[in-house]
Amino acid sequence: MAFTNIKSCEIKFGECNKQLLEDVIFYGISLGADFVELFIENSDNSSVLAEEDFITSVSPSFGKGAGIRIFKDKRDGFVSTNDLSKEGLMRSISQAIEMLDITAKNNNLKFNGLNKIKDYSSSKIDWFRDVPTINEVSEKLLLSTKSLKKDKKVVVRKGSYSRNWQEVIIASSDGTYAADIRLHQTVGLNVIANDAQYKSNGSRRFGSHGIPNEFRLWDHEKAANEVYESSMKMLYADYVQAGQMPVVLANKFGGVIFHEACGHLLETTQIERGTTPFSDKLNEKIAHESVTAIDEGISEGSFGSLSIDDEGMEPEKSILIKDGILKKFISDRAGELRTGHKRTGSGRRQNYSFAAASRMRNTYIAKGQYTKEELINSISEGLYCKSMGGGSVGATGQFNFAVEEGYLIKNGKLTKPVKGATLIGDAKEVMPKISMCGNDLELAPGFCGSVSGSVNVTVGQPHIKVDSITVGGR
Amino acid sequence: MNATEITTQITNIANILNIDKWDFGASFSNDYSVQVDRGAAKQLKASQKNVVTLRVWNKENLVGITTTSDLSETGIKKALKQANIASEFGNKNEFTNFSPLAKAPIQVKEVDKKNPSGIKKLLKILREAESKLLDSHDAIKSIPYNGLSESFYERIYANSEGAFRNYSKSQAALYLYARAEEKNKKPRSSGSVKLGYGVDEIDIDSCIKEASKKTIAHLDYSSIKTGKYLVCLSPEAFLTLINAFSSIFNARSIIDGVSLSNKNSIGELISVPALNIFDDGLNEKNISSAPFDGEGTPTKKLSLIYQGKLENFLHSESTAKIFNTNPTGHAGLGSKVSVSPDWLVVERSNACSNLDIKLDHTNYEGEFVYVEELNAIHAGVRASQGSFSLPFEGWLYKNGKRCSIESATVAGDIKYLLRNIINIEDEEELTTSGISPHLWINELSITGDE
Repeated sequence: MAFTNIKSCEIKFGECNKQLLEDVIFYGISLGADFVELFIENSDNSSVLAEEDFITSVSPSFGKGAGIRIFKDKRDGFVSTNDLSKEGLMRSISQAIEMLDITAKNNNLKFNGLNKIKDYSSSKIDWFRDVPTINEVSEKLLLSTKSLKKDKKVVVRKGSYSRNWQEVIIASSDGTYAADIRLHQTVGLNVIANDAQYKSNGSRRFGSHGIPNEFRLWDHEKAANEVYESSMKMLYADYVQAGQMPVVLANKFGGVIFHEACGHLLETTQIERGTTPFSDKLNEKIAHESVTAIDEGISEGSFGSLSIDDEGMEPEKSILIKDGILKKFISDRAGELRTGHKRTGSGRRQNYSFAAASRMRNTYIAKGQYTKEELINSISEGLYCKSMGGGSVGATGQFNFAVEEGYLIKNGKLTKPVKGATLIGDAKEVMPKISMCGNDLELAPGFCGSVSGSVNVTVGQPHIKVDSITVGGR
Repeated sequence: MNATEITTQITNIANILNIDKWDFGASFSNDYSVQVDRGAAKQLKASQKNVVTLRVWNKENLVGITTTSDLSETGIKKALKQANIASEFGNKNEFTNFSPLAKAPIQVKEVDKKNPSGIKKLLKILREAESKLLDSHDAIKSIPYNGLSESFYERIYANSEGAFRNYSKSQAALYLYARAEEKNKKPRSSGSVKLGYGVDEIDIDSCIKEASKKTIAHLDYSSIKTGKYLVCLSPEAFLTLINAFSSIFNARSIIDGVSLSNKNSIGELISVPALNIFDDGLNEKNISSAPFDGEGTPTKKLSLIYQGKLENFLHSESTAKIFNTNPTGHAGLGSKVSVSPDWLVVERSNACSNLDIKLDHTNYEGEFVYVEELNAIHAGVRASQGSFSLPFEGWLYKNGKRCSIESATVAGDIKYLLRNIINIEDEEELTTSGISPHLWINELSITGDE
């Protein structure tokens, strides 16, 4: 194709930008790049905070920007800018070319122009009109904090809502040309309870993707009851006694153990870094045979679902582990290039200022055959982790995460609540110890922070039993 | 666009929209970073970002806010309009105003702003650093987390009453985290971070040596028996903990009911008398110092704990008004203005006669756990309850010999910890988050594999 003269024009959302995008991509290829990708974003977000019986914060924010990525051999250069003019984008291309030290135009590549646009956004454009107004959000958040006012011991009540609207255009030199709209809404409740020297926290977060009406349907009374009850049960809890013990992890957000302990280690980013013990274990047993684990971006409405990933690929359902055998890694474009693992529609980024990386979407352990009671009954002394906090995984595969609501198990029965527990372990050692999976799979929304920023994900699992794990406490 | 141009643009558009009272904070930045993998450039990154946060007051003196990266006339107009709409939902329970110190003189550190070194130079330096670190020991197989970056930025604050201040800076950072492996042993990892005003000012050799030394030192490890131990916290570990529990000093957290302190806590003895803690954003060793905060209030040195007593809280304009005092230069501009410390300096006070000064991490021969670095702060700290349970990297010392601890957590209560400091060593060390000596704590819970 021919390269048209640079003239002053700018990317416009909702309009055809094909010629402009082709010009910019052609410019990169003509300078010697092997591959050029443009990720253009328009965001319009708002958040509302209710504290006690007042709205204390309403924060709208919006912005535009572009992330430009160029590959040469297996190296890549990434430039982000707020300047969406043709000149600005071409300047960014030049900068990326210079960064990669590309001097010879010897790529022998021909850019044949962009494909016909795959427009995933057209059916979603009305979403923006259909989301609740700030007034609606404020009213319902105040109802929810009022619902938390059940007891004098509740000293802090908070409700928060955020809505993220993201319009994206993705175009690359392999012809990919797609547009999409993403709408994420999340609402959370927090309480702090206090009685003399005793203190406890309770929190829950709910979230959805692509359901404008979701917040209106949210059962704030039920959510408030859950949070309140959790904080009351933990208020007088003793600190857990540290040690090695079997644990039962609850369903929903209990899935954070798999996310942290294993999921991150199955991202090709970790293979590239040499920080996963599983890089050479494809088709080998890495977990107990009761474990089947899945990562997908297709469950309707789930927080980690996508129509296309941030590299323009439709997400697939990836069975990562089947009956304990490692079957697949989570891969993006760079991951495929550098590790050979095929892309899975998992190239994700927080926004235009990050290059996409292989990231989890909706990740969960598949359901098994046992009831929750059977799992608990199988333990003579251990810990039931009903609600989990955040966690992380280090460069050696060691993970940790906090238990927000825990109960001791004694002789197969739940006994007293305990607080202050942290679960720590090593993915390679813990995965074979997940010996029983319940039949009550449920998912929960969350945010995952990693190399390409914070992305919306779903974690999930049925109740599971881990035969032995280190519980940090006092 | 520069500081004057954006201020003029906002002034003009606010006039057109009949918005009389406004302020804004802006940041214009250019960042460059490189990562390498066994000599090859892995990811090279450049970013140009302009962000403005605008606040607008309506006729009822309620404030609304918007953040935007669209600095075109249309973008600013939209932002002012949205902030105006948001002001209808302004907090009627707590009125916010301009900082009374937004025009007070500021102290700008005389530091040369460096010029960009360029990606090629960054890459060359990082490649060499990676190579030297890999060569430093046979067991070091990779440097999975590495990066060299330089940032050039300008920060601006202005308001409709004529306050206007700005500063521009350059900053560079190098981090090297090595991964070492030996046969039949678990991989071990550790690293080092160094900052400077420019790439040429970073002490690269010491970053390499420190990363290598720390990683190798952990190669011979063993598990630790769960129990209570005498613990020595490294300067970095103690600063990490104090920052995690900085809600103790934070007036915003006190008002919100999430602090261990209350409005009347000033003067309370919260630690051993031997401890002083200051917040000193303008300290000459603080590379990231800023001369004013998000509300334009000048940064200043503030005593937080003096001889064990809580001496001051950190304030924004609105918290200061509630506490009947002045803002302290610790505000972050937002719909709800946040408050946070800048850079902590910990020292041994003069009231140190009760300290057990024979406890010195370099020569003490009794048994103790040395906590070098605390991890997963976001998961293991309950700031509102005062409790923590955190994985750490460290050693068990016994009879003058040390052994790296395999995997363990340290747990406790911050109030207990502050009141059970039994020694504060003499020598202070500079870290990326402040300055502190080593501190010794009696009886902290350690959970190990045994």
